[in-house]
Amino acid sequence: MLNNPKWITYLLIFIVLLFIPRILSMHDLMLFEYGITFAIVGMGFNLLLGYTGLLSFGHGAYFAAGAYTVAMIAKYLPQAYSLELLIPAALFFSMLLSLIFGFVCVRHTKIFFSILALSLSMLLFSLLFKLYHITGGSDGLRVPLPTILGISFKGIRRPEFLLGTYYYVLLGMFTVSFLVMKGIVSSPFGKALQAIRDNEVRAELIGIRVRRYRLYAFVISGMFVGLGGALWTFVNGHVTADLSHWVFSGEIVYMTLLGGFGIFEGPIIGAFLFTFLKLYAMGHTEYWMFVIGATLIILVLLLPDGIAGAFSTLWSKIRKKSY
Amino acid sequence: MWMIYTLNGFYFAALLFLISLGLNIILGVMGILNLAHGSLYAIGAFIAAWIIINLGTKVPSIFLYLSLLSGLIGVGIVGYFMEKSLIRFMYKRALEYQLLLTFGALMLLEDVIKMVWGGEAYYASAPFLLLGSVNMGRHVYPAYFLLVMFIAVIGGLLIWLFMAKTKLGIMLRAISLDREMATGLGLDIDRLSTFAFVLGAGLAGLAGALVVPTTPALLGFGHEPLILGFIVVVVGGLGSLKGALVGSLLVGFTRSFGIAVFPEIELPLLFLIAGIILVVKPQGLFGR
Amino acid sequence: MLTIEHLKKHFGFVKAVDNVNLNIRQGEIVSIIGTNGAGKTTLVNLISGYIKPDSGRILFLDKDITHSSPYVRIKLGVGRSFQLIQLFGGISVLDNVRTALFSKYEMIHNAWFSADRYASVMDEAIQILSNFNMSDKKDLTPKGLSEGDLKILDIAIAFALKSKLLLLDEPTSGVATNDKFKVMDSIVKVIKKEGISTLIIEHDMDIVSGYSDRVIVMHEGRIMAEGKPDEVMENKEVKATVFGIVS
Repeated sequence: MLNNPKWITYLLIFIVLLFIPRILSMHDLMLFEYGITFAIVGMGFNLLLGYTGLLSFGHGAYFAAGAYTVAMIAKYLPQAYSLELLIPAALFFSMLLSLIFGFVCVRHTKIFFSILALSLSMLLFSLLFKLYHITGGSDGLRVPLPTILGISFKGIRRPEFLLGTYYYVLLGMFTVSFLVMKGIVSSPFGKALQAIRDNEVRAELIGIRVRRYRLYAFVISGMFVGLGGALWTFVNGHVTADLSHWVFSGEIVYMTLLGGFGIFEGPIIGAFLFTFLKLYAMGHTEYWMFVIGATLIILVLLLPDGIAGAFSTLWSKIRKKSY
Repeated sequence: MWMIYTLNGFYFAALLFLISLGLNIILGVMGILNLAHGSLYAIGAFIAAWIIINLGTKVPSIFLYLSLLSGLIGVGIVGYFMEKSLIRFMYKRALEYQLLLTFGALMLLEDVIKMVWGGEAYYASAPFLLLGSVNMGRHVYPAYFLLVMFIAVIGGLLIWLFMAKTKLGIMLRAISLDREMATGLGLDIDRLSTFAFVLGAGLAGLAGALVVPTTPALLGFGHEPLILGFIVVVVGGLGSLKGALVGSLLVGFTRSFGIAVFPEIELPLLFLIAGIILVVKPQGLFGR
Repeated sequence: MLTIEHLKKHFGFVKAVDNVNLNIRQGEIVSIIGTNGAGKTTLVNLISGYIKPDSGRILFLDKDITHSSPYVRIKLGVGRSFQLIQLFGGISVLDNVRTALFSKYEMIHNAWFSADRYASVMDEAIQILSNFNMSDKKDLTPKGLSEGDLKILDIAIAFALKSKLLLLDEPTSGVATNDKFKVMDSIVKVIKKEGISTLIIEHDMDIVSGYSDRVIVMHEGRIMAEGKPDEVMENKEVKATVFGIVS
């Protein structure tokens, strides 16, 4: 593992990441932190899309599950509002939701799967929206700073929190997620998912229980997305029902495609690119949706493998030429 | 009161029918799930609203009603350009790309609406007010709603006749049944697909135009109709015109009675019912 | 190994499989020939579990598998390849075989360690590929393979499942004539070495006579004749119906 050039690159990147808070401005660091949370989301989402071949336009539901777990605990169980409890709780509830929704969805494929996933997430959206006494409806809920391992951050303002301790929490969680997901996709289980993606009939015929494995992939991806959602709440400070809306789910899909869903690192790159693109567009024009929409269209037409995919193709072309 | 709820059910169903009919035609003939359908609906609403407001009281009222057709025509034109520039690149591609392209189109069109019409609400209630109400037993009911239902029924009949009896309609159905075979039969798939998209878009625009006298045209206008339209299509069965009818009635009535009985639960209830139907019958009620 | 008793499958008026009785011994290579629509593929579908018969029994290794699911039959050792190649197009040739092995050894659910760590599985996959003369192509994806190689890979996957009975549906269809014998040589070499019973549906008579221990002729759902290849080929009735030769 250590002689592998890929892992050396990863290590170098990790070292660079350690110094990011010193390099970036406060504003850019916040964007970067958004990027990290969405990178975790993207990795999880791509397990389902890139590796298992299922496109869900409803993964916002699990993001919302993780995010609202944090927000609800803040509101109703403030004594339990510590990061070491919040993260397992978020993982638990997103696992539960993706298990229930996933069970319904994986019995179908293609269009029906996508629409069912979408409908279920909209079901959650409408519940979050309507039950505003509990959930804050369209106004949403505030997310204060949590305690971490007993350390309270009372009196510290959010930007300082994000600049300091929280960045390293995020980096840690990202690294763990990265390693875990890497393990999953290169494992026999990961191969099974790819077999299901490529030919579900043959997969069944070599003895893989397709529906069951799809559900496993669905739940694992839901948990990663939920983790991302939970971590995101502290950067954003605020959760709203929109997190479960299909348009938000669409953004998750967009990010994954932007970076390329055929490569492991694709969604990570896509997450950062999208975050910067969106916030840049929003900062410069009121017609940012036009920019995002147009970019998406151009991308799909010109770079169907996404940006990382395009680079990968380019790279292998270069390598071929050098023989 | 039940009569009012029932009539409202028919009213919602009428609008949904037009929307889902359009979605189904596009889906059936072109195999494309058009996520931008709600945006087309919204554009129809804005076009009609703009025309009605500008005509104001200067013209005989009949023109106000005719201008509702502007939704049909205007969005048909938009659909034409959309198909030529965008949709045609999607035929051979996988579902993922279609969804993403139309999703991109949705975001783009959302801001196009903002650019052209700004962010304010457009009130164009003249056609609604002018028709007044009709006495139905102990209640009064807005005549405009009845007009909308009437138009939807006529529209549905015309489409049905078109699909079943005319040469063009039969060709469209042939394509939706088997695209490859249809090419083999020498049908001009390109032009027919464009036509199908224009027709589908026009229906969405018509629905938007019909709604605008009752609700102001706003940004985000098309989101809910899009979702409801999808539910109708999926529940009724992809590509099935009969399914669109039954699905529209189902969703329309659920909406009407849901809002009346327990407003908070209406949308979740709808998704729940759709979910249950799909679990039991995955291809929808009349799906293939 | 495989015993079929009075098997019947009708589709409406069509008697696809009509009172078929059949026995395959261990290590035998049996070919089924017959005109189109004679019932060959239906028979294979019934044996592999794709469809269930109207009546009759199928016994495999003395177990009644007549109504068992395809999943159960695979676990018992019934393997199958397809007329239209069914591969995993997005993963390497090595992984196509390896995934089947992981599934066979019930290791497929392991999600924590890289697949490469399982050295024995890796070795075995490479061994299988070299038996089929494909080890130099192990890192390619199916996109980069010739038609003949795709066919061999298809069969290699079925083989990896350690099937005791292999059902091959037209293994050389779509393969260039020059390559047909190369493909069959590779396949039969492995089959004979492992003593796998094989049922082959074939149209190419050279392949049939070149590789079969026994030939079964089907016509209109029934078995018209069976025996050694040369015997069957000389049978008057067979010549008339299957080959259209009237003497």
